Amino acid sequence: MSDPMLRLSGVYTDIAQYHILQGVNFDVPRGQVTMLLGRNGVGKTTSLRTIMGHWRARAGQILLDGQDIAALPTPAIARLGVGYVPENMGIFSDLTVEENMILAASSGPLDRTRLDWLFSVFPPLQTFWKGHAGNLSGGQKQMLSIARAMVEERRLYLIDEPTKGLAPAIVSTMAGALRQLKDQGASILLVEQNFSVARALGDSAVVMDDGRVVWTGAMAELAGDAALQERLMGLSMEAGH
Amino acid sequence: MTAAPDHTPTMSRAGLAERLGPYIPVLLIPAIMAFGLIFIPSMSSWLTLTVSGLAMGMMIFIMASGMTLVFGLMDVINFGHGVFISVGAFVGISILLVLGHMTEAPSLALNLAAILAAVLAAMAATGVLGWAFERVIVKPVYGAHLKQILVTMGGLIVVEQLIIVLWGPEEIYILRPEALRGAITFAGAAMEKYRLLAVGIGAVLFLVMRYTLRRTKIGLIVRAGVENGEMVEALGYRLRLVFVGVFIAGSALAGLGGVMWGLYQEVITAHMGQQIMILIFIVVIIGGLGSVEGCFIGALLVGLLQNYIAFLEPKLALISNIGLMVAILMWRPQGMIPVVKAK
Ligand SMILES: Nc1ncnc2c1ncn2[C@@H]1O[C@H](COP(=O)(O)OP(=O)(O)OP(=O)(O)O)[C@@H](O)[C@H]1O
Ligand SMILES: [Mg+2]
Repeated sequence: MSDPMLRLSGVYTDIAQYHILQGVNFDVPRGQVTMLLGRNGVGKTTSLRTIMGHWRARAGQILLDGQDIAALPTPAIARLGVGYVPENMGIFSDLTVEENMILAASSGPLDRTRLDWLFSVFPPLQTFWKGHAGNLSGGQKQMLSIARAMVEERRLYLIDEPTKGLAPAIVSTMAGALRQLKDQGASILLVEQNFSVARALGDSAVVMDDGRVVWTGAMAELAGDAALQERLMGLSMEAGH
Repeated sequence: MTAAPDHTPTMSRAGLAERLGPYIPVLLIPAIMAFGLIFIPSMSSWLTLTVSGLAMGMMIFIMASGMTLVFGLMDVINFGHGVFISVGAFVGISILLVLGHMTEAPSLALNLAAILAAVLAAMAATGVLGWAFERVIVKPVYGAHLKQILVTMGGLIVVEQLIIVLWGPEEIYILRPEALRGAITFAGAAMEKYRLLAVGIGAVLFLVMRYTLRRTKIGLIVRAGVENGEMVEALGYRLRLVFVGVFIAGSALAGLGGVMWGLYQEVITAHMGQQIMILIFIVVIIGGLGSVEGCFIGALLVGLLQNYIAFLEPKLALISNIGLMVAILMWRPQGMIPVVKAK
C-alpha cells in the first residue's frame, strides 16, 4: 500500500494544563474515508484542531503526504491543501454566501464548473447566494461550511460532525455530498456520530477513548460487531438508527 | 444564476420595528439634527452648528476608525492610539510651516497642494511608527488585555516625550492656509470653509473604506477576521499580516486625522492625541467595537451633539457625550452595530 495521505504518530496535545491527546497514532489512507469515532469528549475535535494547527502538538509527528506539518502555522497547512469543516461550522455570518465561498477559494477565483456542481449538491446555496450567511438555517449553514471546503480540490478533508443536529432529510443531503466527494477519490477524515452515515461512508475506522486511539480497523468490521461497539463506545451503534 | 429553490421561500411582512431595526443607528443622525432644529432658535445658527458638528464628527471618525478595526480583528486594546494623532499633527504642521510660501499664497490649488504634502508626510511617518509600535509594543502582549493597556499607555508616554524632545514643550500655533480661512455664507448661516473641506474629506474616506471592506478580497478577509480569525486562517490567510496592515493603515489614518484636527484647532500639543482619545473611546464603544460603520455613525452623533449642546448649554457640553454613551449602551449594550463574534 502507498504512503497514507495523513499520518499521526505519537501526537500529544495539551490545552492549558490538561493533557488532552496522549499519544495519538492513526493513518488516513489516500482516496479513502477514515471515520474518527468515540464517545463525547475523547479528543476527536482536538485531533482535528491539532492537525489544522489550531492547537500545537507538544510532541509527535503529523505527516501530510510525507511532510511534517506539526510545526507549521495554520494558513500554511491550509495552503498545502487541507479543507476543514469545524464542529461549529465557522461560517462568516456577516458575509454573504457568495463572499464566504470567495474566501474559501483561496488559491484563485471561483471555478464555475465546480460551483455548478456544488449548487447541484446543495441547491439552497444557489437560492441564497447573495444573502447573508447569518440568515441561513442551521442545515444550510452546514451545507455552506462543507461547500467551502469542497470549493477547491483539496488533498485532505477534515470534517467534524457534519450532520450534528440536522433533520433526517438534510442528513441524507450531507451524506450524498460526502459520497460524491468520496467517489471523486478524495481523502477524508470524518468525525460522525450518526452511525448509519458512518457505516455507509467509512472505509476504515479509528476509535478514540480518553485521548488515545483504542481501535483501528475496517469500518465494516466494526459495523458488524455490536459487542465491539459496546466495548469501544459504550453503545451499540445500532441504537443510533 | 437563477434556479428555483426546491421549496418556495415566502416573504412575510415583518413588523415595522423589525424592518426598521437595522436602520435605527443611521436614523439617529437625522433624529439628533431634528433635536437641534427644535431647540436651537435660529435656523442659521442651526446650520452653522450642524456643519461644524459634522466636520468634528468626520475628523473623529478618521482618527477612530483604525482603533475599532484593530480591536475587532485581534482583540487588541490600543491605549496608545492617540499618539499617532499627535505625531501626525506635528509632522504635518511642520511641513506646512516649511511650505509657508504655498500656504500663504492666495491660491486654493497651492494651498491644497501644501496640505496634500503635509498629509502624505504625516501618514507616512505615522504608518512607519505604527508598524514599529505593533512589532515592539503590541505583538508581545497579544491576548492579554491588562498588559495591553499598561504597555500601550507606556508607549504613548514615551512617544509623547519624544515629540517634546524633537519639537520642544511649547504648543505650536498655526494659521490655516489662506484660501481656507474664513467662511462662506449660505442661507444666512456662516460656514467655515475648512469645516466644509473636512466634511468632504471625511465622507470620501468613509466611502473608500466602506468600498474596500465590502467589495475587495482584503476587505472580506478583514470582516471575516473580525468575526472568526481562526477560520480565516484555516482557509489559508495569514491573519497576522492582515492585522499588521490594518494597524499600519489605522495609524496612518490617525496621523491624517491629527493634521486635520491640528488645522481645525489651529494649535497642536504633544498631548492633543491623548486628550481626544476620550471622544474616540466613546465613539468606538457606542459604534460597536470592530464596526467601521458604527464608528462613523457614532462619530457624527458625538460631533453633532457636542456642538448643539455647547451652544445651548455650554456647561453640559462635556457630559453630554457621556450621557449619549450611557443611553446607547442601555439600549444596545454591544454598541449600535454589534459585531458578531464566533465563540
Ligand atoms: N478550549 C478547551 N479548554 C479546556 N479543555 C478543552 C478545550 N477544548 C476541549 N477541551 C477538553 O478536551 C477534551 C476533548 O475534547 P474534544 O472536543 O476534542 O472532544 P470530542 O471527542 O470532539 O467530543 P464531542 O464528541 O463531544 O465533540 C474534553 O475533555 C474537553 O473538555
Ligand atoms: Mg467534537
